[in-house]
Amino acid sequence: MHELSIAYSVVEIATQSAMEAGATRVKEVYVRLGALSGVVRGALEFSYEVACAGTLLEGSRLVVRELPARVYCAVCAREVELPSVQYFCCPVCDTPSGDLRQGRELDVEAIEVDLPGDERGNALGDEDGNACVGDSQGDSEQER
Amino acid sequence: METRVLEIRKGILNKNDEIARRLRERLHACGLLTINLVSSPGSGKTAFLQRTLRMLREARIPAAALVGDLATDNDAKRLVEAGVPVKQINTDGRCHLEAQMISDHLADWDLNLFEYLFIENVGNLVCPSSYDLGEDVRVVLLSVTEGEDKPLKYPNIFNSADIAVITKMDLAEACEFDLEAAQRNIRAVRPGMRILRTSSKSGAGMEDWLECLAQEKSARAAVV
Repeated sequence: MHELSIAYSVVEIATQSAMEAGATRVKEVYVRLGALSGVVRGALEFSYEVACAGTLLEGSRLVVRELPARVYCAVCAREVELPSVQYFCCPVCDTPSGDLRQGRELDVEAIEVDLPGDERGNALGDEDGNACVGDSQGDSEQER
Repeated sequence: METRVLEIRKGILNKNDEIARRLRERLHACGLLTINLVSSPGSGKTAFLQRTLRMLREARIPAAALVGDLATDNDAKRLVEAGVPVKQINTDGRCHLEAQMISDHLADWDLNLFEYLFIENVGNLVCPSSYDLGEDVRVVLLSVTEGEDKPLKYPNIFNSADIAVITKMDLAEACEFDLEAAQRNIRAVRPGMRILRTSSKSGAGMEDWLECLAQEKSARAAVV
């Protein structure tokens, strides 16, 4: 059961990014979990709350996106999704394939944070066009 | 107050992976082949390693071993008898080894003296699969007493390994072990995986294992 240490790492990564951005609170954390990541979703969700206690992430929601394993099938000449990680054969032609293309993912994709308001405009305006969520005022009208 | 989504795209185990990458570089610079042994508790990792180390010593091939254990140093004591440098890594209850622990325990060894470094992971078929220890070869052990369907129950670890070793072959008959089924199951989760069969007690198959290591070593030397 290593999910607690995984959860602490999630909190560490999210906290660092949140602090760099000047966020006061992290509301949601988006995590990708591959079918072969070796991490059990339920155990991670359980550990997450414990790991968040007393941090910027306290009370935040963990949003897990599970990714199935995908292999490249040389016979079909394309990537195929495996219905089960107990059988590494192409679901179409039944040819064995160990050429894994997806399934080991274990990463933090994004976080949703609260940023303190700034009357002079969008001090944290991001050049890289990150999506804004739930913000009624468009950034553009704050820009001078 | 405004709400915003910040993109991160960062591996949760990045820290460990980065330490493992640096460690691998360091080990390669010393010409070492590093082997990470993983299995469930009681599959015979220590006996297998004991025999391996003894044989290497007899062949005058220098090797060293790090042994992970939750609490005791019994395994290290057993391995010291093989007459090679051995160090215990006590994980204090943690279920797996991490790259930093390996790095820390290598600090006072002159790695240039060894050909092989063995890491005996904590007996666990789940957690160790996620942690790169800087090894070149991950070897998963499956004993005949465990049942042929273990690979299907723990596909992650079998899929992440490079070589499978079926241990305790001397007990196969008594356990009515179905070798064909075991090999089929291993290859179902890891097509094409090399499978060896050994008995640490009788020594059967151990020469093949050492030959396999030598092949891995020369294959890697050719790449570097």
